[in-house]
Amino acid sequence: MSDTHTTSGGKTSVWTKHQVFEKNSIFLLIGILVMISIGGLVEIVPLFYLKSTIEKVEGVRPLTPLELAGRNIYVREGCYNCHSQMIRPLRDEVERYGHYSLAAESMYDHPFQWGSKRTGPDIARVGGKYSDDWHRDHLRNPRSVVPASIMPGYPWLETTTLDTSHIDMDMRVLAIEGVPYTKEMIEAAASDVKTQGSAEDSMTAPFLKRYPKAISRELGGVQGRLTEADALIAYLQQLGTQVDFKLYDDKANIR
Amino acid sequence: MTDRSTNKQMTWGEGGLAAVMAAFAVFALLIAANAHTQAYAFHAYVFSASAVAAVFAIINRYYDRPAELPPQFIDGKPNYNMGPVKFATIASMFWGIAGFTVGLLIALQLAFPVLNFDLPWTSFGRLRPLHTSAVIFAFGGNVLLATSFYVVQRTSRARMAGDLAPWFVILGYNLFIVIAGTGYLLGVTQGKEYAEPEWYADLWLTVVWVVYLLVFLLTLAKRTEPHIYVANWFYLAFIVTIAVLHLVNNAAIPVSIYSPKSYIIWSGLQDAMVQWWYGHNAVGFFLTAGFLAIMYYFIPKRAERPVYSYRLSIIHFWALIFMYIWAGPHHLHFTALPDWAQTLGMTFSIMLWMPSWGGMINGLMTLSGAWDKLRTDPVLRMLVVSVAFYGMSTFEGPLMSIKAVNSLSHYTDWTIGHVHSGALGWVGYVSFGAIYCLVPWLWNKRELFSMRLVNWHFWLSTIGIVFYICAMWVAGIMQGLMWRAYTALGFLEYSFVETTEALHPMYIIRALGGALFVAGALVMAYNLYRTIYDGEPAKAAIEPNPALASGH
Repeated sequence: MSDTHTTSGGKTSVWTKHQVFEKNSIFLLIGILVMISIGGLVEIVPLFYLKSTIEKVEGVRPLTPLELAGRNIYVREGCYNCHSQMIRPLRDEVERYGHYSLAAESMYDHPFQWGSKRTGPDIARVGGKYSDDWHRDHLRNPRSVVPASIMPGYPWLETTTLDTSHIDMDMRVLAIEGVPYTKEMIEAAASDVKTQGSAEDSMTAPFLKRYPKAISRELGGVQGRLTEADALIAYLQQLGTQVDFKLYDDKANIR
Repeated sequence: MTDRSTNKQMTWGEGGLAAVMAAFAVFALLIAANAHTQAYAFHAYVFSASAVAAVFAIINRYYDRPAELPPQFIDGKPNYNMGPVKFATIASMFWGIAGFTVGLLIALQLAFPVLNFDLPWTSFGRLRPLHTSAVIFAFGGNVLLATSFYVVQRTSRARMAGDLAPWFVILGYNLFIVIAGTGYLLGVTQGKEYAEPEWYADLWLTVVWVVYLLVFLLTLAKRTEPHIYVANWFYLAFIVTIAVLHLVNNAAIPVSIYSPKSYIIWSGLQDAMVQWWYGHNAVGFFLTAGFLAIMYYFIPKRAERPVYSYRLSIIHFWALIFMYIWAGPHHLHFTALPDWAQTLGMTFSIMLWMPSWGGMINGLMTLSGAWDKLRTDPVLRMLVVSVAFYGMSTFEGPLMSIKAVNSLSHYTDWTIGHVHSGALGWVGYVSFGAIYCLVPWLWNKRELFSMRLVNWHFWLSTIGIVFYICAMWVAGIMQGLMWRAYTALGFLEYSFVETTEALHPMYIIRALGGALFVAGALVMAYNLYRTIYDGEPAKAAIEPNPALASGH
């Protein structure tokens, strides 16, 4: 295999020049690094500074502490393996699931959960489509409400008490990463968990000021005790509901 | 050389690593005591126990070894270090069977959801990452470690660099696998596909990977051959690029050093782009570049023919690594990712067809003048069929990256079928072929225990793959069409769950294909076991003709 290139007439052809990589592992290493850097830099870096990348939209807010805890359960159970959260601008998808997903709607998602496979339906706009009780039944035993469903049952979620003892630390990290959690939000985290999951009281108004349009209602199946299922339901019920598409101007944001 | 010298001393490496491991064991116990979750405490105990075991192993090894370190050459021949290669070879077979079996289980779960057992540890959402990581990183990773350590020594005609370092790489990597895998079952995941392990597992892997890169580079530096053989270019590209991808994609801030939870610093759209830049190049560099290295060593070796075209391998190499990096956005067609990025991704994905087929041609044409061996040597047949599958899936990939095709195929089982024609057909077969070659070489046996069993393995798994990918083509295209089907009155024709019901027969056929593939792997494991324990020893020390593979 070598005869062709070493004896090609004594001239320095491109093939003999290539020997510089074949005879020096550091040159080879540098060559590889250069080649693999270009594509990534061109495709990724502009996404951080091109202003058109993320639409200007009203209404997108950070998750409440309870919803954040629910999202962590969503991630933990690997829901993204079967459910996408990204509606494509195709006729059938928009009719089936609702307005196509905007980049702005997941701009506070660390990590993103767009998914890559729909073994189950897209749930980018599942919020408000079903009742809390439907979700509770569905999580416990999906076939009790959708007989042909192949989703696993998650009965342990409603028997496991929600642990939010460190949720303020989670919010602090997210704030460092750019999610607009204020000091007030972080300090109120523990009480906001309780407030959101219980019937309206004096705490509800300040909570809703922090998280406009969030759901706030009796979630706990068991008295005074929020479960993992409750947190997950709180997360699911806000999915896709933050942007008011009656007010959203599609044409202004065509990219 | 073997006499017991009285001034036997611990090397700096032995003493230093033992001290570091001892400190690490204590540190991990401290973490365990304060851990926020039981799963994290469990992992801290595993780390601690592993570190203690490492200290004992180092000290034991010191007492058992002769005073002088192993010589670099014996009678003018390189004194190759094959212990770590043997370990990784067996580990790859173990993880392979584990990973295939979990795959079969989750395939059955999709056909019969009762098999999720309503338990957290056995539900699909946790087992699917276990399956993908077990086959890609545990099976594939150990195959790459074993073959790269073998090939770099042979083609450099030099003993592997480092004394403990190669062992650290192999054992450290397998510890990472255990941490990652048990983590998924316990619900420890950062929720990024193919990059699920949490921050502490990622950090550990980073340490292991840096040592891996150093061992590889320093072995190249010790080579007694003037040229670096083409397989090593691909191994080096694989090691370096995976390091870059891993560091960027997993950049995260832990909630606390006592918490397994972290938050990726990227968010939303940028995170999606970084993730699929990583995800597609995990395919491009882990599952392609690394395994092309295997192709470039083991096919010429087994066929006893030189690589078809040296120039083609140069073009293949640089074009492949340059173009692959761009292909990530084809996973995000029609999403909120800006159109310019989607179009770039599509364009490069289509162009990628050319270097991919250049590599396939280089592999296949290496058989020139030796095609008759396909009839008589089932191991070579496996290697060659792997390249054919590589050609097939690298044609299908560009096709699916076209936006119009992707609008149908995306989110469906077509993607799963495509991945498996690559994973079972290409990665699986080239790995099996390489392991069938390696085991007799490493254990100094004349040949494999049974070629008939290799034949059985070949046909069982080939039929399995055909069942698998055909079922997934039908399932994917059918579901994609059902989602977009309209009635004459202009309404969507099917509810989502009706499309799910339609997949049921396909899911059963797919599981059957998977079962055949697992059966083939079990036949292989038995064959290897008998080869190692009952195989007839090779007459002379085996020295496969280096002229063919050393890139002189």
